[in-house]
Amino acid sequence: MVEQILNFLSIAFLLAGGIFGIIGGIGLLRFPDFYSRLHAAGITDTLCALLIVAGLLIQAGIALPSIKLLLILLFLLFTAPTASHALARAAIVDGVKPVLVNDSNDPPTSAEAQAGESSSNT
Amino acid sequence: MTTVLVITAMAIFLTMALALIRAFKGPTVYDRIVAVNVFGTKTVLIVAIIAEINGHYDLIDVALVYALINFIAIVAVLKLAKQRDLATAGEGDITDG
Repeated sequence: MVEQILNFLSIAFLLAGGIFGIIGGIGLLRFPDFYSRLHAAGITDTLCALLIVAGLLIQAGIALPSIKLLLILLFLLFTAPTASHALARAAIVDGVKPVLVNDSNDPPTSAEAQAGESSSNT
Repeated sequence: MTTVLVITAMAIFLTMALALIRAFKGPTVYDRIVAVNVFGTKTVLIVAIIAEINGHYDLIDVALVYALINFIAIVAVLKLAKQRDLATAGEGDITDG
């Protein structure tokens, strides 16, 4: 009985983690500017890792591998937000502008940061 | 149970493919770094899942080390892309807070 409940929980965690991963990938591909892409990637990265490692933890039971999985989980929980923060800060110091609702008829301003590459328009 | 693990692995592979497309498209260097960061995190998860599928629990050590190296690599590449030099601590450094 307990075995079945744990199995069900583990399956639910693993599938939810996979779905969140795909959602994050689609957001990373389709969102219009850098900061919204970072939002999609950063949040789902943390959540997907948490859910999948939790599912694997339930499968592994109490053993040495689950301690290592717990270490991976702890480390990912600390580093994923830190990396996102460093990326956002580096981008905003470098002058990458977020796309706002008001200037939606302008070309995306994130292209200005690499004006040398995309000087063909205008 | 193996079926669920394989389905999850497929979902993660799909996510890695989407991240690779973003890494190739750009347009700024930061987009590419975000995509590579997502790719690295998903690599850690896929290694852990493969360890669970075929019972080679030694592979979890590989996942742990990959998670450690991935973070350092992202921060180092970010600093290299921004400062053009790993030794300087100039204005607006990413480690300023």
